[in-house]
Parts: sequence; C-alpha cells; structure tokens
Amino acid sequence: MRVERRETPSAWLALGAPFAAIALALLACTPLIMWHGSPVLEAYGLLLKGTLGSRGAATETLTRATPLVLTGLAAAVAFRARLWNIGAEGQLYLGAAAAAAVGAGAIAAPPWILIPLVLTIGVAAGALWLIGPALLKTRLGVDEVVTTLLLNFVMLLFISMMIEGPMKDPLGFGWPQSAPVLDEAALPKIVPKSRLHLGFVIAVVAAVVFWLIDTRTRWGFEARAVGSNPAAARFAGMTVQTVMIRVAILSGGLAGLAGACEVTGLRGYLALDLSPGFGYAGIVVAMLAQLHPLGVIGAAVFVAGVFVGADAMGRTLGVPGFIADVIVAASLMCMLLAMFAARYRIRR
Amino acid sequence: MSEPLEILLTASFWAAAVRIATPLVFGTLGELVCERAGVLNLGIEGIMTAGAMVGWTSVYMGADLWTGVLLAATCGAVFGALHALLTVPLGLSQHVVGLGVTLLASSLTYFSYRLLLPGASTPPTIEAFQPMSVPGLSELPLVGEALFSQTPMTWLALALILVAAYVLNRTPMGLALRMVGENPQAAEAQGISVNAVRMTAVIVGSALMAIGGAFLTLAAFNSFFFTMVQGRGWVCIALVVFASWRPGKALFGALLYGLFDAYQVRLQHAVAKEIPYQLFLMTPYLLSILALILMSRRATYPQALMKPYRRGERG
Repeated sequence: MRVERRETPSAWLALGAPFAAIALALLACTPLIMWHGSPVLEAYGLLLKGTLGSRGAATETLTRATPLVLTGLAAAVAFRARLWNIGAEGQLYLGAAAAAAVGAGAIAAPPWILIPLVLTIGVAAGALWLIGPALLKTRLGVDEVVTTLLLNFVMLLFISMMIEGPMKDPLGFGWPQSAPVLDEAALPKIVPKSRLHLGFVIAVVAAVVFWLIDTRTRWGFEARAVGSNPAAARFAGMTVQTVMIRVAILSGGLAGLAGACEVTGLRGYLALDLSPGFGYAGIVVAMLAQLHPLGVIGAAVFVAGVFVGADAMGRTLGVPGFIADVIVAASLMCMLLAMFAARYRIRR
Repeated sequence: MSEPLEILLTASFWAAAVRIATPLVFGTLGELVCERAGVLNLGIEGIMTAGAMVGWTSVYMGADLWTGVLLAATCGAVFGALHALLTVPLGLSQHVVGLGVTLLASSLTYFSYRLLLPGASTPPTIEAFQPMSVPGLSELPLVGEALFSQTPMTWLALALILVAAYVLNRTPMGLALRMVGENPQAAEAQGISVNAVRMTAVIVGSALMAIGGAFLTLAAFNSFFFTMVQGRGWVCIALVVFASWRPGKALFGALLYGLFDAYQVRLQHAVAKEIPYQLFLMTPYLLSILALILMSRRATYPQALMKPYRRGERG
C-alpha cells in the first residue's frame, strides 16, 4: 500500500471536504454524548436549534462569529505565506486594550471620527504585537511558532496588570475591568433587540477586501509565492523579508481588529474573559476554510454556531460546554484528513 | 544583607528550582525525541494537560501513584499515535496537526474531568508523591534538600536524561532515530523503515510529555485544575532549541528555567506592592524567548525536521 498524489486535485472533494469533516466530527463526538447519558439525536437537534432555531439564536451565532471571522482571516493570511502566527490571541487582547484605552474618554469626538479612530488603533496595536516575532524570524531566524505562543501568555499577564492598575475602572466596584468606552465609540447594533453589531459587517468586508488583495494584487501574489516556494520567490526578485513583514502587519492587524470590535461592539470594556480562545479557534476556522478568505466567513459561522448551540444543549441536557471545544477540535482533525483525501489517493 | 540575595541562600529555593524543572525535563525530553526523528510535536501542551488529568483521576479513583503515572503515559502515547499517524505516513502539516492535537487533547480532558467529577467546585485532593530524603546528605546546607530530598518522579526524570543520552548516542536504535531526522533517504537505503522509526519516536516522546503533565498533579500539587499546564509545553519546545537537541543540555536548560522561576516567585513576595506581580510572572516566558534568540544563531536543526518523507517523492 502506498500514498500517491492525484494528478489533478479533485475539485468536488475539495469543495465537499469541510462538510464531510463536520459530519465525521459530529459522528466522532457521539460517544461523548452517550457517555454523558443524553439522547444523541435530541442533543444534536438542540445544538442545531440553539444555533439557527430562532431569530435570537441566529443573531447570537453571527455575533459570536464576528471575532472568529477576523481571527480566522488573521490565521489564513499568515499561513498562506507560511508565517506561523499562533499568537492571534495575544494580538486580539492588545488590540482590545488599545481600543478600550482610547475609547474610554482619552479623546472626545463624534462617533464618525471616534469609531474609525478606535478601530484603527486596535489594528495598529495588534500588528505591533506580531512585528516583533516576524522581525525575529526574518532577521535572526527565530522560530515564530514558539515566540508567538509564549507572547500570548505575556500579553494575558500584561492585560491583567493594566486592568488591575492604570486602566482599572474606578467605578467598577473593585472588579478587574477597564472603564467602559464612551457611547460615541460604541459600534451601533445592526439588528434591533439583538447583540449583533456593526463589527460583523466590518469582518465580512475585511474578508472580501482580503480576497481581492489576494487574487487581484501584486501583494497577494507575492504572499502566496513566498508561502509556496520562498526560494523561487526570491529568485523571481521578491524580497521575502519585506513580504513577511507585510503579511505580519496584516495578520496581526486583523487579530487586533477582532479585539477592538469585541470591546466597542459587544463588551464595552476590557476584561480577562474577553476572548474564550478566539485566537486559537481562528486557526480551526482558517483550516476549515482551506485558507480561502471567503470560506472563512462560512467556517466562522459554523464554529460560532457550535459554541452557541452547545450552550443551548448544555442548558437543557446538562452536557458540559466543553463539548463545543471537542467538536471544533475534532472538526479540525477531520478536515485535515478530508483535505488529504482530496489531494492524495491510496494505491495498493 | 539585602533580601533579594538572601533568597539564594535558602535551601528551599534550590529545592523548588529542581521541583519546577522536573516536568520540563520530561516534556523537553519527549519533544527532543520527536524532533530528533524529524517531527515537530506541537501537541505537547495538550498532551501534558491530558497526562495531568489522567494521572490524577486514576489515583483519585483508587489506583496507586505509579499506576497513575503509567496510565498518563499510555494516554500520552495514544495522542502521540494520532499525531504520528497524521504527520508521518500521511505527511500532513506538523504545525496544524500538532495544534489540533493540543486543542483536541485539552478539550477532551476538560470534558472528561467535568463528567468524572461533576460539580466539583474546589478541586479534591489526593495523597501525592512525598519527597524521599537520603539520610544525612539531605541535611547538607543549601543544596542538600535540592539534591537529596525529592520525589521519586524527579529521580525518574534524572535517570531518563541518562537513558536518553545513552540510547541516542550509543545504540543502533539511537543512530536510526537520528538518521531519519537528518537524512531519511539515507536511512531508507540502509534498510531502516523511516515511518516506523518516526512513529515510534513520536509515540514514546508523547508518553514522556504526559508523564511531565502527571508530575504536576501527582507530585508538585495534589489536585487537578484547568489551565494548570500554563504554557509549560511551549516552554519545553523553546528549551529543546536552547539545548541544541541534546539531553544533557536539556537538563541544564530546565534547571536554569527552574532557578529563574523559583527566584521570581520569591522575589515577588520580597518586594511586593512596589512592582506589579504580573511583571514577575512574565519573566519566565520572556526569558524563554530570550534564550531562543540567543541560541537560534547557533542552532543546528535536525536537517529533516518538519519535512514529511514519502518513499519515491523528493523532499
């Protein structure tokens, strides 16, 4: 038995891969639900209903998908150029902190000035947190996987320091959280009586813009070339280092934007539970989308749906909420298998 | 004498450094075995979490401590087998598979813990490994406690360093392992099955990582709580680079880390209030990054690290 590459990658398999992966992952998770003693079909029914079953559920899913679209894009942008940015979590938090700091009254301005300003600062902060590891990679050859991962822990401690120190809300009854952002800095809600905010539109626009950059511009071409064959890219006259830094700014910026949108659109303040691992889930989103910018939107809605639906399932049946994390991680593993099946075949 | 210096003169400080280093020794050794065979294992963080939970739960449910360690190792080996299957014969991206294993292992761990111990708000405790003292020697000033009064798992870690160094450098098995990590084509030409050696290395390495996790719940603390691994797995990956893929230097790196970590905790209490404690907690991570930067210039990565091998396909 041996593994060999298909001469032409199967388009049908590539398109069907995410769906097959999701089905396989749900199947693989049924023993866990049976272990808990819940009826499997009812459990998955509740999951689906909790995701899309009502107007409230659907808007909640899209609200949850907002940061995931952005962190998914951050991962997709970076992975395309083979910059292994695993630090979206940290970049998200720095973006959130910067947005919270500026939006909470440092500058008073009408919304049409303040909102773009706050978001831009969030983007800049996120990008800043990735430039360090990117420079270390291009200048000194330091592996960016470990540096970005370790910087996540540094950032969480930094945030904890800020919200217990200089950024602490004086009216927060001692809770470790920052002062709330001004009303002028808050993103407007786009569906009445829901939590869905303008951030979702911004995230979708970001995905489309990135897709255009990726397919229509020299920057996108260069990033892809550097990712698939750095030696060839260099030979073709591209400066690999410059391309890497550009990719890092884009990727970190997207993660920072995710944090800024969470603060200004949903939470209103900075706290240590702002992100339940959006940075890491973004990697799953990017892989489910096969690093395609538009696919990221669908993949983010799926991952968000699993989390929101699992909450509903947990409320009714008592299945621990960690089931959502298991389903998402299992989807990633199954997706890898499905992508393999689309590109390779096994010959006897 | 000033307080920051006095810390260095307490026996408990040196003992704590060795205690902190122990899980890192297991983890770093495990990662080193994988990487020497050419496979980067980013599953380490999740595998350590799983090992911590499985070891603790087994003991809580009545197994003895060494059975707990063994079960943790078995659990690590299972996740290692999953990682190996996807990265070695299938040759999938080691970065993504590794992160996937970490996400899967930690989420399964948390889910299982919730089901096994529903509604446990304060984590229950077990009777953990106690330090074994060598009579007389452990009374030595300063380093007596550090060197001669440790739990049996620390002794196991030190013994494993010797075993790993011997096997890697002095046995045909070690040669085969190094060969598939440096030049798989040449290994294949010698009749070595590259896939079999790599898979074995990842499985054994992952079992070691899980033992490192189990140390946290069976010797360092006596209960399991979420996010207790706290990036130790990632630190291990940095330590492997710092150690230039050598077991002896890995021990040195882990001890150095243990010294810094034990020192920052004590310094925190000594100069409390004036400096936010978070700055102290950051230092181990920042020092790991610094170590990477300093060593990366001289780092000689295993030549086939992260390069999947398929017979007849050029690398």
